[in-house]
Amino acid sequence: MQLTTSARPDISPLGLRGSPGRHRRERVIEGILLAAALVSIVISALIVWSLIGGAVEFVRQIVFDQLLADGWYPRRDEFGLLTLFVGSLLVTGIALLMAVPVGLLTAIYLAEYANARARKVIKPVLEILAGIPSVVLGFFALTWISPEIVQRVNPHSQDFNLAAAGLGVGILTIPLVASISEDAMRAVPRSLREASYGLGARRVTTSLQIVVPAALSGIVAAIILGISRAIGETMVVAVAAGGSGGSQFTANPFDPGQTITAAMAALATGTDQVAGAAAAFQSLFFLGLVLFVITFALNQFGDYFVRRTRLHY
Amino acid sequence: MSVAVPVAQGGIRPAGTDWRGLAFHGLLLLSLLFALLILFTLLADLISRGLPTLLERGTTFLTSPTSSQAAKAGVSQGIFGTLIMAVLVAIFAFPIGILTAIYLEEYAPDNRLTRFIGVNIRNLAGVPSVVYGLLGLSIFVIGLQPLTGGRTMIAGGITLAVLVLPIVIITSSEAIRAVPGALREAGYGVGASRWEVTRLLVLPSAAPGILTGTVLSLSRALGETAPLILAGAVLGGFSSGGKDFFEQIVGRYTTLPVTVFDWARRPQADFRDLTAAAIVVLMVVTLLVNAIAIILRNRTERAW
Repeated sequence: MQLTTSARPDISPLGLRGSPGRHRRERVIEGILLAAALVSIVISALIVWSLIGGAVEFVRQIVFDQLLADGWYPRRDEFGLLTLFVGSLLVTGIALLMAVPVGLLTAIYLAEYANARARKVIKPVLEILAGIPSVVLGFFALTWISPEIVQRVNPHSQDFNLAAAGLGVGILTIPLVASISEDAMRAVPRSLREASYGLGARRVTTSLQIVVPAALSGIVAAIILGISRAIGETMVVAVAAGGSGGSQFTANPFDPGQTITAAMAALATGTDQVAGAAAAFQSLFFLGLVLFVITFALNQFGDYFVRRTRLHY
Repeated sequence: MSVAVPVAQGGIRPAGTDWRGLAFHGLLLLSLLFALLILFTLLADLISRGLPTLLERGTTFLTSPTSSQAAKAGVSQGIFGTLIMAVLVAIFAFPIGILTAIYLEEYAPDNRLTRFIGVNIRNLAGVPSVVYGLLGLSIFVIGLQPLTGGRTMIAGGITLAVLVLPIVIITSSEAIRAVPGALREAGYGVGASRWEVTRLLVLPSAAPGILTGTVLSLSRALGETAPLILAGAVLGGFSSGGKDFFEQIVGRYTTLPVTVFDWARRPQADFRDLTAAAIVVLMVVTLLVNAIAIILRNRTERAW
């Protein structure tokens, strides 16, 4: 029998494939989209390349003893790394002491206690808090937290101090910790809660002994990503912790000091000048690489825990 | 879960006042109150410092350039710089970000390259902003100097665009993913090609979500300081008088957050109030952008 399709090529299998021009257009578009997607890989490569290039240059120009100096004064060729590490550790520690309890309790409230109306108020507050530019929080830390909180706790502390900077970073970290842990608790299946209530458990028992343990991976992820965020925070510390030219080693949070990030901002506030002093300029990239490696490792670790929660349920 | 049974027994108590529950509820409310109080104190403190200066200086504060004298200094260059940054971010980050999201959600085969691109974007989103400043400094300011002119608005704007690119991609991907598959199948069912389905069905449905994400990423970019300090924004005074628009774009620049940082570092007391005034202007700009995003989301949010 003669197939009718041969008489009407537009609905034959071949005809349905459309015109070659249409196919060509599809391929061109796919190519453009792929090119756009590859831009992000190029960016990553450029970041790593420029950091490593500068860091290698820095290591070549200094002798090892300079890294053990009793302070961070790049313009005097003293690169006491410990000063910055201890500074970052203090600021991050103080930030977490504030952000983890507040963020976690807020998350428990949002996930387990709040009704729709309460959520409608609390979520925007957290979003606004997360949207405040960090330089603004730095100014707040310097002009309000430092005199009203830190200097009341310790009258001997200086105007610029690491503690105020840490509290400022903590404020910025609260929304992050709250939103990641809330997501984790919301991912806990309803049936677990219902089983708990069915056994006669109260809401506090269900929240603390069923939901929180079940969401533990996500909560750990929230804390790890919070650490990463706090270590990478720059402007709060650059404004509130002082030490714009450099910093003596200190482990006292009531002293002025510098973190890895703030040291970079301080160096950059005169990159045109620093560009002359070669080792000081290259130390920017060395610090950038250190910071990049630390936050990268923490983010991988955090993502691993986030994925674990997802796999569970 | 095996822990549920023995643990939950501890929670079963005879009727009566549940002190433990009340105490915990109180603690939760206290932490909420704390978060609210921080926001309130922050806004109240900044406004009470900044508003008097802002009112006293009036529009001259908005129209004067930076200056080493507090009485004369203004934020005109900062406002101009911030607006140009917004335009540059929109030009460079939005198209590439949205096209990447379309590729990843609609086109990409599930292979190693695609997974690598996805992982890479998530990693980029976690890189501290100050590191993007180093990228800007070494690539856009020094490496591509013939193209960008060195420490210019172009270099700064591209640096910010690169910084928010992962956020644009991630939020746009989420918006595209939320479009139900039935819509696509309906399109293919009537013989539409992949691009026709994407352009005529998926993108219009995902547009509100994409719009919200891009506006939010814009507000993030406008508040950034650290990358611009590294990528060459000017701290301190400079003159942009007598220059036309294009000369300013390829010239020295500052933005609102950079101005805030510059003034916050100065020891003179009158600069403290001036900083607060600049912050009020900056907050009005960023809150405005954020508010637009929230309104867009609330008005266009739809459940499938």
